[in-house]
This record gives sequence, structure tokens and C-alpha cells, in this order.
Amino acid sequence: MSLSATKFVHPITTPPSTRSSDKPLFSTFFGSNHTKLRFNKPIVAAQRRSSSAASTSSPVVAVSDVVKEKKLKSTSNLLITKEEGLVLYEDMILGRFFEDMCAQMYYRGKMFGFVHLYNGQEAVSTGFIKFLKKEDYVVSTYRDHVHALSKGVPAREVMSELFGKATGCCRGQGGSMHMFSKQYNLLGGFAFIGEGIPVATGAAFSSKYRREVLKEPGADEVTLAFFGDGTCNNGQFYECLNMAALWKLPIVFVVENNLWAIGMSHLRATSDPQIWKKGPAFGMPGIHVDGMDVLKVREVAKEAIERARRGEGPTLVECETYRFRGHSLADPDELRDPAEKAHYAGRDPITALKKYLFDNKLASEQELKAIDKKIEELLDDAVEFADESPLPPRSQLLENVFADPKGFGIGPDGKYRCEDPKFTQGTAHV
Amino acid sequence: MATLFQGVGAVTPFSASSSLDSNKLLLPSRKSLSISDSRGSIFVYRSDALNLKAATRKQDLLIPNAVATKGETSTSAKSGHELLLFEALREGLEEEMERDPRVCVMGEDVGHYGGSYKVTKGLAEKYGDLRVLDTPIAENSFTGMGIGAAMTGLRPIVEGMNMGFLLLAFNQISNNCGMLHYTSGGQFTIPIVIRGPGGVGRQLGAEHSQRLESYFQSIPGIQMVACSTPYNAKGLMKAAIRSENPVILFEHVLLYNLKERIPDEEYVLSLEEAEMVRPGEHITILTYSRMRYHVMQAAKTLVNKGYDPEVIDIRSLKPFDLYTIGCSVKKTHRVLIVEECMRTGGIGASLTAAITENFHDYLDAPIVCLSSQDVPTPYAGTLEEWTVVQPAQIVSAVEQLCQ
Repeated sequence: MSLSATKFVHPITTPPSTRSSDKPLFSTFFGSNHTKLRFNKPIVAAQRRSSSAASTSSPVVAVSDVVKEKKLKSTSNLLITKEEGLVLYEDMILGRFFEDMCAQMYYRGKMFGFVHLYNGQEAVSTGFIKFLKKEDYVVSTYRDHVHALSKGVPAREVMSELFGKATGCCRGQGGSMHMFSKQYNLLGGFAFIGEGIPVATGAAFSSKYRREVLKEPGADEVTLAFFGDGTCNNGQFYECLNMAALWKLPIVFVVENNLWAIGMSHLRATSDPQIWKKGPAFGMPGIHVDGMDVLKVREVAKEAIERARRGEGPTLVECETYRFRGHSLADPDELRDPAEKAHYAGRDPITALKKYLFDNKLASEQELKAIDKKIEELLDDAVEFADESPLPPRSQLLENVFADPKGFGIGPDGKYRCEDPKFTQGTAHV
Repeated sequence: MATLFQGVGAVTPFSASSSLDSNKLLLPSRKSLSISDSRGSIFVYRSDALNLKAATRKQDLLIPNAVATKGETSTSAKSGHELLLFEALREGLEEEMERDPRVCVMGEDVGHYGGSYKVTKGLAEKYGDLRVLDTPIAENSFTGMGIGAAMTGLRPIVEGMNMGFLLLAFNQISNNCGMLHYTSGGQFTIPIVIRGPGGVGRQLGAEHSQRLESYFQSIPGIQMVACSTPYNAKGLMKAAIRSENPVILFEHVLLYNLKERIPDEEYVLSLEEAEMVRPGEHITILTYSRMRYHVMQAAKTLVNKGYDPEVIDIRSLKPFDLYTIGCSVKKTHRVLIVEECMRTGGIGASLTAAITENFHDYLDAPIVCLSSQDVPTPYAGTLEEWTVVQPAQIVSAVEQLCQ
């Protein structure tokens, strides 16, 4: 496996150079790249277009041989059934409408703090998470609402969490960037770049441990770790690629490369912008996929998740995607080139799926409209639920600091302090 | 002393100074503990704090007596077995791994190499490479991995080869270990133990001679304990593993080779309780970890000079055992804190604040806190010695306080 994967390690951008002592390679590379990026945006756009054009002929630009073989075998005309298509559409619409509703509610003063919306990236969440079993784990980032929804966390609970209400999926204690659900095995939104990757690796380690040490035959959960292009310059990414490949952990590293780390262009931040190439470097397949096409994402997801479930180890998937809004609702989004935004707006993943469904007569306009309406009603209900839900009571303040409240210690009277009624009232000073 | 075991001796190859006087190594005193009666059964030291079933009954949470006091009985000198502190840690670890297959160890060189201080020696052979996982040198990531494993059902013990290395995992310890239970609305628990050798050693240089307690103490949601004898090392290790809370267990590089006779029977200590080392009347000396031995060395001099100091090893660095500390303050009315921690924002500073808040009326003199100096631990032996508190300083501080 790793042998075939290494086939993709080609120095693509720069040919192998005999380093001349007077002119180090990197300086020319950096210089030319820098100039290109700073003053010659059309070239960059053209490059990206050409890569996406290449990806239209095949769902993946570069995949392991295993993935390619699988592709050839499945020669059915359609990539999905009608039912599958409607599930995908509904999940993407849920994600899109939910986030639009968040923007509204944020501007109406119903939610606070930093709120990062997922618009434009829905194909990644839907394409991957809809392939999971309920027992599988998802580890997300600060842009986590839609991952939570795709995993099955009810919109009511996510919305309520955003409103800071006691009925939220984390009782109002987590907020936008910290969505968790034990029931749906959502291990969290992690708000610092990269910190979720080790946690995801740990969840994958648990699965392996339960299977091999505890001899639980059913322990075949797969963990998906979502993160962005900016994270791929962080050490935890590399450390965990290494450990996951080393121990063949059942994990898929899903890079949502939306080209921008707030205001830092991926191309300005990364020496080799092709993130997928880092997979083979660690002995795992690296796959690049058009993240604006849910069907292509789905193909890759299926392969990577099944590979992990079979115990064959991790996969790195780079999904080329784009966020249609600013980094967060606090971001005026003035930096990104309008032409670039327009380009990706033209590749809206929901429009693309719609077109596929229509072209292949898998769904009618009416059916999709019915789904839209259903989701609108669901979200109206979620907002109403969140709005009417109670704020967390004072008594909640100290409840979850420790799983075992003895952690608050022994008071001057010799009793455990958590026994003091002030602790249940939340008025104790800790 | 009644609580002294015969034949207890400290072997201290790591220590250049004679601070670890074998004659000062006291076995923690126990209240109404009869080993012969409880042979073969688990007993929990003092309270039923670790008995979750009992903890739900309110009357059981009343703690009649926080620690043993003067004049109590001890076990006979012949019972138990003698081992070194690192072996006691290992014994505790092994017992818990035997008891619960979800308990696993991860860290640098914990497996085939047996741990940098041999705390995990032989465990990989016995339990396999997955349960005793040698990790690459990636502290942030393997600590995070431990947290992810804990969230999904395992009970990992993460070893920092040197505790200082865990500064590289500070984000995971702070943001994830400490906060995830809370931010998840109580949905996920993180029953993890983070442990390893720390403290000022013997000319190990600044980076390997860290005093980390001050850094970690303000992280919400974690508990911190420091072991100081083979007996409490084993009992605290077991308690930490069984706790549903994330626990940082501090070990001191200079204490690993302390020798002590410990009970053959299984025992678990409370993570929240202090340990009475020497009951006394004149002054309360609060200390922990290695400084316990500097204090006991000073106590010898002080006793010869006619003082009767009460020495308490606070053991639980977070939270403080305010009952034991309070009872002592109410008795002696004078407090000296001796710690190896940094002075600024250290454990002593927090302790001072806690005592002032709770027991100010009982104090006859201002609290004196002897901490190590706020300097990067120097390499040179002379400078290093001046960095940490020495017994002579403790003696003169007590003399001043008791004037």
C-alpha cells in the first residue's frame, strides 16, 4: 500500500536541481512564487482552474492505486441512487440554510462571540460524514456547526448552543467553536489550530486498542479529523500523520483547503501548497479531490473510510474548497479578490449537485423544493426552540468543572466542598 | 517516633547533598489501620473518598478526622515489603493495569526502554506494545492522543520523560485536559494521569530542572498531587488512575531511590488529603515533594533547639486540604511554607492566599513562604543550591516566626 502510494511523490512544481553553490534553490523558488502571488493573481487562478479542469475527467486528481482500481471497477453510469442523492442534498441544504440562519441571528444579537460559517464547504462535510456509522468519531475545528449537523446532532441543539441556552448540545457551556455530542460521537469543535488532530488520533487509537487489546470484534470505528489548509503548517499535523501511519490507525485526515487562513493565503504560507503530497511522505495515500463536488468527495470518502475500517491505516485527503463568507462573522472579508470569490461562487457545490440530480433525472425541481421547505421549517423550529429555551441557571456554573466534584477538595470543616449547597447553587467561590 | 519503621533507609544516588536523611524518612501515619485485619482486602486510607457508591451517601462524606494525629498506632515493622519509590510507582501502575484492561501507558521510552527512571520497567513485556506504547518524540501530539483515548473509553497514563517536556503539551493539558469536560457540558470525561519526573535535580540545567506546579495550578478542571515517599507514591498513583478527573502526578527526580517498607495489601490514598509527617505544637510547616526532606532535616535541628514544629506534606497541590491545614493553623497559629516551586504565582503563594482567606483570625504572625528563587535553575552546583530552599533557611525562618 505504502509502496503504491509513494508513486505519487513527484517533485511537481520544481524539477530536481543540482544545487549550485552560489544560488540556493529555495531563494529563486521563493522569489518567483512570491512575485507571482503578490502581483500576478490571474496566473494563480489559471493554475487552480487547470487543476480543477483536470479533476473533471476523474473525480480525483491524484489517488492511490487502490482508489484508482476501485474506480475502474465501478462502471455503473450513476454515482448515486435517487435516495442517496436526496440525502446528500438535504444534508447540504441543512448546512447551508443553518449557517445563513446563524448569520441572521448573529446580526439580530441572538448569538455572540466568534461565529465561523461553513457556506461553500458543504460538499466536504456531507460527502464524508454521511458515509459514517453512528459509532464513528468526528473531530472538528472552530467551524463545526455543519459537521455536527451532518453527524446527526439535532439542529435544535446546535442552534440552542449558539444562543447560549441550557438546552444546547453542551448546555451552553461550549458555544460556536466547541460543539460536542457524546450520543453522536462528535468529539468536539477545537478552536485552536491543530489541537483536534491529536485528539482524533487518540480516538482512532482507542478503536485499535479495543479491537486488539480488549478483543472487542465490533470495534471498527473510524475517526475523521477535519481541519484546514492553515493547520497543515502546524506541527501537530505532521506528528499525527506520523503516528497514525506508524500504528495504522483507523483515521482519515480531511483537509478542507479553502485557500485562506483568515487573511493568509495558502500559497503565501506553504512552501509546497499541494497538501495531499504529504500523505505519501508518511507512508499513507494522499488524495486530492474537488471539494466543491459532493459526489467526488463521496467517492474518495468511501474509499478512505473503508480502508480505515479494514485496518489498512490512515489516509490524507485534501479537499479543494472555498468559503463563501469571511473567516468569521466579524471578518469584513475585504482582502480576498472579488474575481476569486466569483470564480468559486460559480462552483457552488449545492448548485452542482442539483444539476447532477436533474441531468440524470434523479430528482425533480419539486422534490428539491420540498426538501428546502422542510429544512426551512426545521430551522424555524430550531430558532424558536432556542429562543424559548431557558438560559443556563446559576446552579450550572460549577457542575461540570470536574467529572468527580471531589476535585474541588476538602473545606476547612473537613467535608468535601462540593457537599456545600453553594456548590449546587453555583455561588461558591472556587 | 512511633511511626518509624525499622530498617527504613534511603538510597540516594541522585542526590549529592545529604538532604535525604534516611532517618527522617517517616512512614505516613495511619489512623486505625490494622494491616493484619485487612489482609487480602482493599482498604482506602482514612475516608471512603474513593468509594463512589458510598460517596453518594451524605453521611459518608463527613470526614471525622482529616489525618492521623500523634500517638496513633502503626503497623509492625516486619510486615509489608521494602522497595524504592520508582518501584512503588511501578507496583501501583502494574496493579491498576492488572485490575483494569483499559489502563494503558504512553510516552517516550516507556516501553522497551522501561522509562527514563524505570517506572514502567518490564510492563511492555508483560502487557504488550499497545498497552505500554512507546511514542515518537511529539509531546503535544501524544498527550493529545492520550486525551482523545480517554474521551473514548481508555484510561491512559501519559509519562513526560522529564516533566518539563510537557511544556510542549501545555495547550493539550490546559485546553483539552482541563476544559473539555466543561465545554462539552459534562458529556465527555478525561480520566487521564499525566506524570513524570520533575523538580530541581542534581545539576541538570535549567530546562531539565523545572518547577512546573506554578504553571499548571491555575488550569481549571485538573487535580495535582505530588508524591514524596514510596508509600504515598503508590497510593497516589493508584488513586490518580482511578479518578474520573484528569490528574497530574508530580514525581521528583531526587526521590526515586528512596526506600521504604510498604504494606503488602492493596491500598489507595485520597487525592485530596494532606499527610501529617510530624505532629507538633509550635509552628505549622507546610511542604511537599523533595522539600519535605529539607524540612525534616531542619526539624531535627529545631527539636534540638527546643522547638516542636508540626510538619505537613500537603501532597494535594490542587485542591488544598484545607481541613488538615486549618486544624494545624488553629493549633499552632504560625505558618511556614517551604516549597521548591517558583516564588511568583507558585503553590506557596496560593497556599498563603488560601490560609489568609480562611484562617486569618487564627494567625499570630504573618505567613512566611520560603520558595525557590525566580531564576532559571542554574547549572553550577553552588548556584543551584542557592536557588532552592536549604535546611538552614528553614531553621532561621522558624526561629524568627516563633520569637
